Amino acid sequence: MKQKGIEINDRVSWQNITLAGAVYGGGTAKQFATGDWRSMRPVMVWEKCKQCLLCAPVCPDSSIPVEAGKRLDFDYDHCKGCGVCVQVCPFEAILFKKEEK
Amino acid sequence: MGKRDRLSGNEAIALAMKGMNLDVVAAFPITPSTEIPQYFSQYVANGETDTLFIPVESEHSAMSACIGAQAAGARASTATSSCGLALMYEMLHVGASLRLPMTMACVTRALTGPINIHNDHGDAMGARDTGWIQLYAENAQEAYDNYIMAVKIAEDKQVLTPVMACQDGFITSHAVENIELLSDEEIGKFVGLYEPAEYLLNEEEKVAMGPYDAPAYLMEHKRQQAEGMMQALPVIEKVAAEFAALSGRHYGLIEEYQTEDAERILVVLGSTAGTAKQVIKNLRAKGEKVGLVKIRSYRPFPAAAVAKAIKKAKAVAVMDKAEGMSGIGGPLFGDICVAMNGLGGPRLIDYMYGLGGRDVRPEHIEAVYRDLAAAMAGKADEEQLIKKAGPYYRYLALREE
Ligand code: SF4
Ligand code: SF4
Repeated sequence: MKQKGIEINDRVSWQNITLAGAVYGGGTAKQFATGDWRSMRPVMVWEKCKQCLLCAPVCPDSSIPVEAGKRLDFDYDHCKGCGVCVQVCPFEAILFKKEEK
Repeated sequence: MGKRDRLSGNEAIALAMKGMNLDVVAAFPITPSTEIPQYFSQYVANGETDTLFIPVESEHSAMSACIGAQAAGARASTATSSCGLALMYEMLHVGASLRLPMTMACVTRALTGPINIHNDHGDAMGARDTGWIQLYAENAQEAYDNYIMAVKIAEDKQVLTPVMACQDGFITSHAVENIELLSDEEIGKFVGLYEPAEYLLNEEEKVAMGPYDAPAYLMEHKRQQAEGMMQALPVIEKVAAEFAALSGRHYGLIEEYQTEDAERILVVLGSTAGTAKQVIKNLRAKGEKVGLVKIRSYRPFPAAAVAKAIKKAKAVAVMDKAEGMSGIGGPLFGDICVAMNGLGGPRLIDYMYGLGGRDVRPEHIEAVYRDLAAAMAGKADEEQLIKKAGPYYRYLALREE
C-alpha cells in the first residue's frame, strides 16, 4: 500500500511509516488480499441463481460484485467465508464448503 | 504587563482555559480538580467563551471525548485528579499513541487505597508511562503558566504529544496566592489557533486514524512516538523562551536554586520546592552549602540537565511523593539513577515523603539536609541511620519503632 508516496510494508522504517499509522484516502482495504483468513468458502451454483440480488447487499466484505444488474462470482481475495450470503439466498444457489488449502 | 490578582490554582487554570481558544472541554468532577470544570462551565454559561463544554459521565468518557474532538480537528482539554486519572488510563495511551496534542490540568492527589483525598503524586506517577508529557508546578503561578505553555508544546510539529500540567492538590489547587494573569487576548495570541496537518473532518484529505497495528508495525510506531517525546525537550525550552518574552517569567526544564557551590542538594517535584527554598535560605545564612533542583519537565526527563546540576554535589536527596512499590525506591529516584548512570557523582538517597497529604514542614527538609551531612561525613557518622533507615531508600517523618 502506498501512503504519501511511500510503500507501507514490513520493510518500512520508523522514520518513513505514517504518523501513528494513519491511513490516507479511502478504500485501501482493497489493496490487501485478506481472503486467506477464510476457513469456509461460498461456491456458486449458477444454474440455480435467479439474479435476485438479495445476497450482494448483505455481504459485510463487499465481496459480491454486481455489474449491469447481475452479480458476478465472489471476490475471493476479500470474502471471509462468513456464510451470510449462503443463509440469505432463497434458491440454494450458494454452497458452503470447507476451504481446502 | 499582566494584571495581578489573588487566586487559587484551580481558579487560575479555569481562567487560562477561557483564553486558550479551546474548542472542547470535556470533564467530570473529582476532588481536588472539581473547581476547574465548575468555574469553567460558568464562563461557558455566561457566554464568556464559545468553547463547547461536555459534562461527561466519567473520566474514561472525558478522555474519549477529548480524543474524538482532537482527532476531528478541534483543540480539546480536560482536568482531573486521582481515581479520575486512573479511570482514563486506557484512553491516555490511546490519545498519546494517536499523537493527539491534547492538554490536561492534572491536580495531583493520592491514589486510593487506603482511601485518601489529599495530595501526593501517586496518581500522576501512575500515568508517567502513558506517553503524556508531564510538567510539574511549584505554585499557582507556575500551574497557570505551564498549562498555557502546554498547548504550544503539545501542538509543535516535532512533538505532537499530549501534555499534562500537574499541580499539587489542595496545597496549590486551593491555596489562594498572588498571581499575575494574562488577558484572554494575550493568551489567545500566544497559543494561536489549532491547525492540524490532518484531521478527520478534513474534506480535502480523507484520513483514517488508529487502525489495528500488526506485529510488523507497532514497534516502528512506538519508536516514532518516543521521538516526539524526546523532541519535546528542546521545544519545552523554546516555548518557555517565547512565554518569557510575553510574561517576563522564565522557566527551564529544571530550576536550580543555590546549586552553584552546593555540597548537598535536594531534588523535588512540585510545591515542596517552595518550602525547601525557605529552608535553604535559613541554612545558607548559617553558612551551609545546600541547594535545590526542581524538576519542571518530568516527562520527558531532562537527564542531561539534572546530571549537570547535581554531579558536583557530595550527597543528593531525591524526594519521592509516590511509593511506586518497586521495593528499591520511588519513581523519581529511578530516573535520577538513570540520569547518573556511568557518571559517578554524588551519593544518592531516596526519601519517600508527603504521602496521602502528610504535611511537609521546614523541619522535615532540614532533617533531610542533616542526613545528607552525615552521608558526606562517611560511614561512621551515618552508621546508626543506615542501620535504622537503610543506605538509600528511606521514609521521611514516618512513625516507627
Ligand atoms: S461468505 Fe460472507 S464474506 Fe463471503 S461472499 Fe458470502 S457474505 Fe460475503
Ligand atoms: S441471493 Fe442467490 S439467487 Fe439471488 S443473486 Fe444471490 S446467489 Fe443468486
